[in-house]
Amino acid sequence: MLEAFLTSTIAMATPILLSALGELIVERSGVLNIGIEGAMLVGAFFGITAAYFSGSIALGLIAACAAAVALNALLAVLVVNLAVNQVVAGTAIDILALGLTGVFYRRFFGQTGSAFTITPMRNIALGPLARIPLAGPALFNQSALVYVAIALVPVVAIIISRTRYGLELRAAGERPEAADALGLGVYRIRWQALMIAGVLSGLAGAYLTMAYTNTFIEGISAGRGYVALSVVIVGRWNAWGIAAASILFGGAMALQFGLQAVGTAIPYQFFLALPYVMTVVVLAFMGGQADAPSALGEPYVRS
Amino acid sequence: MLSRRCYELMTARVSALYSGAASQFAAAVRPLAALLIAAAIISIVLIALGASPLAVFADLWRGAFGNWLATTDTMVKAMPLVFTGLAIAIAFQGAMWNIGADGQLVVGAIVAGAIGPALHGWPHPIAIAVMFAAGAVGGALWGGIAGILRARRQVNEIICTIMLNFVAAQMLSWMVHGPLMEPSRAFPQSVVIAQDAQLAFYFEPSRLNFGMILAVVLAVGCYIGLFHSALGFEVRALGRNRRASAFFGLPIGRLTVGVMALSGALSGIGGAVQVSAITHRLFETMSPGWGYEAIAVALVARLNPLAIVPSAILFGALDNGSQAMQRAHGVSPELVYIIQGMVIIILVAFDAVAARGLRPTLFGFGGSAAASSDLAAEAGDA
Repeated sequence: MLEAFLTSTIAMATPILLSALGELIVERSGVLNIGIEGAMLVGAFFGITAAYFSGSIALGLIAACAAAVALNALLAVLVVNLAVNQVVAGTAIDILALGLTGVFYRRFFGQTGSAFTITPMRNIALGPLARIPLAGPALFNQSALVYVAIALVPVVAIIISRTRYGLELRAAGERPEAADALGLGVYRIRWQALMIAGVLSGLAGAYLTMAYTNTFIEGISAGRGYVALSVVIVGRWNAWGIAAASILFGGAMALQFGLQAVGTAIPYQFFLALPYVMTVVVLAFMGGQADAPSALGEPYVRS
Repeated sequence: MLSRRCYELMTARVSALYSGAASQFAAAVRPLAALLIAAAIISIVLIALGASPLAVFADLWRGAFGNWLATTDTMVKAMPLVFTGLAIAIAFQGAMWNIGADGQLVVGAIVAGAIGPALHGWPHPIAIAVMFAAGAVGGALWGGIAGILRARRQVNEIICTIMLNFVAAQMLSWMVHGPLMEPSRAFPQSVVIAQDAQLAFYFEPSRLNFGMILAVVLAVGCYIGLFHSALGFEVRALGRNRRASAFFGLPIGRLTVGVMALSGALSGIGGAVQVSAITHRLFETMSPGWGYEAIAVALVARLNPLAIVPSAILFGALDNGSQAMQRAHGVSPELVYIIQGMVIIILVAFDAVAARGLRPTLFGFGGSAAASSDLAAEAGDA
């Protein structure tokens, strides 16, 4: 019971964590990426579609990342080169992604959108670790993408705080004029950040369709990208904080399965709404954007 | 009220820019050009999908304006887009990034749909007024939450309003499966609202109704409020420069909550009109994403409330025509989302390119610079 809850917590937390780590890098460079939901959605769709037609999980993963990177490239042209409003551009990207996946879904899989499935990514059991009671199956008998997500937490933390690239990233997000004056190339840094985030959002989407559900339904990302945006705030723009927040939100999403199994009198809609309510409540209690990069959301124009 | 001096400070770098009719004309033409380019790209997509663009667009037109019934149905589809489009325009003018018009519309519909069945025997005009007021209260509450959290706790209103959209959707689902479900409990839908609360003024024999007149009246009201009142000036000043507005003593907190509540109320009325005039009860899906589509509507209208009406009719025509298009050509209705997304992208990109080197404005570069120069002129008069 508790073991199942922990396992689904990690399963629900993984796509949020993957995309939130990407969003962390993007936001540290000064860009607020509302299009993250769309990137996850195209990753989910084009990943499973490529895997379905090629029979190869690897090709599916590549297609997922490529689709999300392409979408983020479009966003980068808009918000980096053309310096348009990041909220408006990101929202447009989300709407576009909903349309693209919907149209191609019906094109490939019929007007009715008949359910199609693939053989999902296999869980990899890490030997005796997987047999640890309670936490074993949750942490050590999961798909490779879960391990990737967990491993990325320290990697991203170190890159941001301890490497030259991390320093450039933070410079672009805190004082873009100063970074540019030093010849760091704010446009390049933000482009790179969006490309990295594209890969991570693509993997997050691929996890949803290729490891978690094994099928695609329209709008399958269901706001997880937006939850990832909140996770970055709740995690205070810090990789470790983001990992903790992802598990918290994953737990809130997993709760519905646990409590439905127990059979409570509480309507199921309450559990479906819980992660979103929790986001608002947590943000209300934490308040403030004091830890946000100073130039977050501000278009930068080289003068 | 802002003094002339403070406004000069706020717009010091914009003074000489974007005056004159020529550039205003260009700013008005760009949405049309954006639509044309979107149509061109869609044509390529259609060819790739194996359909003939000309035939598809012809059917789109026929479905939207082919006869009286199609034309009035386009108006009916445009109606909620006027309400939500106005909501977005008001909020964006104040640089409140309200992405939650969808949730605000849904909550407005829920409140109206909950009160509606209880209005038996009420005089029709009063019952209708109560319905609309209920929608406004529901929407204002939902938008107001985000406003208060922004003003008091610096919670990012973008994320807050998006989250509240999901909460509203689940609340609606619960309502039609639970407390408000029809007595037979056969379908997930609510009790039918009282006859007296069902909007009776129709342009027979269509579904077009008084709601559209209300929408146009509200559009005029929003225009006057926004461009010809002190409060509207403050909202726009807040939108241009929040920090300077605070510096010059504008009540930032109250304006933030007020703008979000008003924006929510407009969407909420849209929800109530939908219940009162069209559906007469609540269903699990009250909105097909009008709150998001409204962003495209508002941007094409350059955030000008008067222009929201034709812009909403344009997008209503797209929605309405796409159904005919789907029947005739098997092109999926999601194509409309691609068009919406592309129109926004092309439009903001155009504005950026057209105004390269200008001072950053609400939409990057010069997106609403024409409006800024109006603002400066007004401050000069004051």
